[in-house]
Amino acid sequence: MTLQLDAKVPPGAIEDKWDNHKFSVRLVNPANKRKFKILIVGTGLAGASAAASLAELGYDVEVFTFHDSPRRAHSIAAQGGINAAKNYKNDGDSVYRLFYDTVKGGDYRSREANVYRLAHESLNIIDQATAQGVPFAREYGGLLDNRSFGGAQVARTFYARGQTGQQLLLGAYQAMARQVAAGTVKLHTRSEMLDIVVKEGRAVGIVARDLISGAITNHSGHAVVLATGGYSNVFFLSTNAMACNVSAIWRAHRKGAGFANPSFTQIHPTCIPASDEFQSKLTLMSESLRNDGRIWVPSRIGDDRPASQIPKEERDYFLERMYPAFGNLVPRDVASRAVKRIVDEGKGVGPLRNGVYLDFHDAIEREGRQVIQERYENLFEMYQRITDEDPYEVPMRIYPAPHYTMGGLWVDYNLMTTIPGLYAIGEANFSDHGANRLGASALMQGLADGYFILPTTIGDYLAGFLGQPPVPTDDTAFGDAGQEVRDRVDRFMSTRGSRTVDWFHKELGKIMLEYCGMSRSEPGLNKALSEIPALYEEFKTDVRILGTAGGLNQTLERAGRVEDFFELAQAMCVDALHREESCGGHFREESQTEEGEALRWDDDFAHVAVWEWTGDPAKPELNKEPLTFEAVNLSTRSYK
Amino acid sequence: MNVTLQIWRQEGPDVPGSFKTYEVAGISEEMSFLEVLDVLNERLVTQGEEPVAFDHDCREGICGSCGVMIDGQAHGPQLGTATCQLHMRKFESGSTITVEPWRAAGFPLVKDLVVDRSSFDRIIEAGGYITVDTGSAPDANLTPVPKPAADIAFDAAACIGCGACVAACPNSAANLFTAAKISHLNLLPQGQAERWARTENMVEVMEEYFGSCTNHGECEKACPKSISIDFIAIMNADYLKAKVKNRRLVAQ
Repeated sequence: MTLQLDAKVPPGAIEDKWDNHKFSVRLVNPANKRKFKILIVGTGLAGASAAASLAELGYDVEVFTFHDSPRRAHSIAAQGGINAAKNYKNDGDSVYRLFYDTVKGGDYRSREANVYRLAHESLNIIDQATAQGVPFAREYGGLLDNRSFGGAQVARTFYARGQTGQQLLLGAYQAMARQVAAGTVKLHTRSEMLDIVVKEGRAVGIVARDLISGAITNHSGHAVVLATGGYSNVFFLSTNAMACNVSAIWRAHRKGAGFANPSFTQIHPTCIPASDEFQSKLTLMSESLRNDGRIWVPSRIGDDRPASQIPKEERDYFLERMYPAFGNLVPRDVASRAVKRIVDEGKGVGPLRNGVYLDFHDAIEREGRQVIQERYENLFEMYQRITDEDPYEVPMRIYPAPHYTMGGLWVDYNLMTTIPGLYAIGEANFSDHGANRLGASALMQGLADGYFILPTTIGDYLAGFLGQPPVPTDDTAFGDAGQEVRDRVDRFMSTRGSRTVDWFHKELGKIMLEYCGMSRSEPGLNKALSEIPALYEEFKTDVRILGTAGGLNQTLERAGRVEDFFELAQAMCVDALHREESCGGHFREESQTEEGEALRWDDDFAHVAVWEWTGDPAKPELNKEPLTFEAVNLSTRSYK
Repeated sequence: MNVTLQIWRQEGPDVPGSFKTYEVAGISEEMSFLEVLDVLNERLVTQGEEPVAFDHDCREGICGSCGVMIDGQAHGPQLGTATCQLHMRKFESGSTITVEPWRAAGFPLVKDLVVDRSSFDRIIEAGGYITVDTGSAPDANLTPVPKPAADIAFDAAACIGCGACVAACPNSAANLFTAAKISHLNLLPQGQAERWARTENMVEVMEEYFGSCTNHGECEKACPKSISIDFIAIMNADYLKAKVKNRRLVAQ
């Protein structure tokens, strides 16, 4: 163990820690803030909100995105909503309850202090977004509406039809656009970060490639913030956008940043099942549908009658049967595993028998078509466009798909990684969701990090560098990093193999889904750990990239991302192998209760597994951050 | 099914481009249009030809990255549908499909089907926001917003910034895009303080890049979110008023 894993959790009672911390951090004088340059990579909810907020404070901010516009970031696709402990519904919600639900939902593998702060800041996020003009759903009296969401028994989810992520991202993007116009944010679009630059142990800049010209350029700053999202695309087929990748945080990991719980992956229960082998990605159907939709399969294996002709008593509403208290609203990991079990038993529906029904018949009968339409119209339309089936008439078919990664760069309470000056925010870090994320909490975390937490904590680091200019971009540290990037691009371009990048990506995805997906076992993970390096070797010698590196080359972009997935995949398997318990979305077949539920081993695994790069992707070194629970008692999750 | 694709290939903005014809056989009607381009690109690479460059990302019709002219229609034949959500069941097997980039002076071509839409970001930067520094917001329920106003603002806010409205317009006007953003903010109580300055500034930046609206209505038909051209009327009315209001505000 060589990483310094001081979480820097402030003293005091759980509800006082954040206030205590805000008082104890060093501040930067308003007039001095413009002397500090902060580089932010990524413009999703976390990146855009951080860029806007830091620029408003007066910092000199540069932002990088590989998209043509910051508004394209994948936060835009989040459908269901954002949690906040406003208790507008008078149903007993509180900051403490949101905190408790999140720690419990994460199966006690998150850091208490961070989660409490997240729940606390949730209140401010809704205020901020509303003031920006985010059109949240409203009641007829003009006040904000809420709904309940998977894993929660209170209605604390704010939503904007099925496009909550889009509206929140546009709010953050517009706030950032205001700063671009003011000259306090410099925006680099179609610019992909390919490495971070570390000098004397501190992050001092990045190397980026202009995707249009192919130019590789150095950028220097006092601090670097990675807001680059998650890595579910390691599975090839996931609900993530096509370009989502691990590269930024993986490059940081290779430069010394500890990678926490890489195997913690969320498989979202409600996605449209794959229709054929050409499928490029899976489409999520918002979890909010589970509020009104009932999940079922025919009781009898091989019952091929159309759904409408199967009488109620010959249907198995299996979530309601297995979990009477939460029913269709059990957390995502629990629902996903139940669906997989049912389909594995051969009870799947649809042409490929790879889904289960999500049926709105009863809700439409109860509430009327108009009400259901108002709640889910765009989701129903999307479903119909993809499947050519009308969910008002025929039940939807759904199946779980990789969706979110709870793992990510290890960060302390200040959101700083193990490399001083390098921060990770949003899905790119590991901190708040433990082994399973609750619905409507990703948007909350991205925005809490970007709007409220980082702008407070980053000053504490920067204050120590007053009077020091950023490291010049012609420093040897930049020269070395830039050369590594150029060599890597040259290596890709000169491989001249026979197989496409996507072919390798698909093959890697199949291995990962099979052995490191919804359920994992020691033999399976070992198999993956022998197959992945072999495939990776083949990739290195046999990948084919055409065109040049001196201009737009989308295959070259993907090649770099897929190579990083090959290394990450091994770390995920090593991590999953290390964690012999089952917890949240991580299900080890060896560790289950008699009823097939996840069985945690708190004595041995109540820790964050933080992996350190050693040069060999299959042999990272393990460091542990022990997790202590003072406010919430460790107990077995039960949704029955 | 089998289709013939006539695709616009152009190495870069300074090189002349031309259509190239590709036969794509053995595809399924369950596939999306972009998956057909994926399949074509896989085959091209295997055959040693550079793949077709096109923008795409979420493949759920929300990020606004994708968008091509399909048989002369922005995003193709299905109403209210982005290119990534268009499925091959909307085409006949054996048909020839023409695929071109957005063509507009405000969207300079980058390569093949990829264009530069950063002019849209410039329009937003001119005023497409509500000035509220982080931390300074009042409680979210302080200001009730009548549901109809909130709903209409949402209809406008649904814009994904794909640029189909510009591509479909014979004048390459960006009025629907600009009007959608102006209307979203101008219809809400929170947006009133900057209403008139926003309208004037955004419209004027829009006119630097794009042509003028002559009420053809093509934009509304091409819009993957079916945003109504009524919003252009709201924008025009506000622009006219802004010319007076902005002066009066200065005089106060």
